[in-house]
Amino acid sequence: MPSESMSTPDRRPLLGLVAVVTGASRGIGAATASCLAARGANVVLTCQHNEDALVNSAVALEAAHGISALAIVADNADESQVATVYRAVHSKFKRLDILVNNAGILGDAMIGMITQSMLDRVFAVNLSGAINNMQLAARLMRRNGRGAIINVSSIMGIRGNPGQVTYCASKAGLIGATLSAAKELAPHGIRVNAVAPGYIDTDLICGLDPVLHAQRIASICVGRPGSAEEVARAIVFLASDEASYITGQVLGVDGGMVI
Amino acid sequence: MSTRNRLINVFRESLELPETIDISNLNYQDTERWDSVGHLTLVAAIETEFDVMLETNQVIEMSSFSKALEILNALGIDVNA
Repeated sequence: MPSESMSTPDRRPLLGLVAVVTGASRGIGAATASCLAARGANVVLTCQHNEDALVNSAVALEAAHGISALAIVADNADESQVATVYRAVHSKFKRLDILVNNAGILGDAMIGMITQSMLDRVFAVNLSGAINNMQLAARLMRRNGRGAIINVSSIMGIRGNPGQVTYCASKAGLIGATLSAAKELAPHGIRVNAVAPGYIDTDLICGLDPVLHAQRIASICVGRPGSAEEVARAIVFLASDEASYITGQVLGVDGGMVI
Repeated sequence: MSTRNRLINVFRESLELPETIDISNLNYQDTERWDSVGHLTLVAAIETEFDVMLETNQVIEMSSFSKALEILNALGIDVNA
């Protein structure tokens, strides 16, 4: 016989919790912030450039869901700016329960044309920045003896893709960091997982060549791109107590995409 | 209670140190309790007690009780109080 909690789902299971979402001004990050706020979490939104969009999102989420939202412009590649985010979290909320490491940039170039500056920048944002976020977040989470970290990797970090050596390496590195952090932080009640989105309908793909777009769709079992909201729901699942016994996993959100 | 005594209590409680240990002269790894895992527990306890957040470099540099006092001073805590 199911328990009452199983038969009556809590509509706001994250009420009172605090979540940091990096790269939150658009796409998967914005959808995740919205999904978290709809479930009651207070959210701290960060991004590098798009301050207006970030502030508007924060205001809208507060009005729609009755939560507190902070918008902080920070370059994920800059350790001191990342530290500022967590100082603000500590100052305003005194706690942190969820980190969604979503900030990321592409770095497309064929082998032989990859510049050192591209390598440095992609790794600084996608990998070093994510690790810095994890270690600062973990320090706040340890105080409460609980927390959930979700790193947004990519199917490309598992399967690889021609012309994306740099990006794929950074996303593969993020999976390695996820697995190690999961083992290190589990004794402190902190779960660490990753999602590996496939072909998702965001700004990143809207300029893609139509032929390439058609090829991509043909490689997806469900026959369509995913939406940012579908990735967000997977992230929020991993952030919630519904996933309380799940750590060190990489959840594909790819509609059965084959590369 | 003075800042110094509050910090001594934080060390003793977070690292579960007996009264026989002289915390004022304690250095990292002087006791098996203050290892790399215990260090992060200690940092979290200090941050909670004094309502501060250490820089990553400060976490790494906090190699003794006296260094911890220096760091608190740098973070604006009156260590002579």
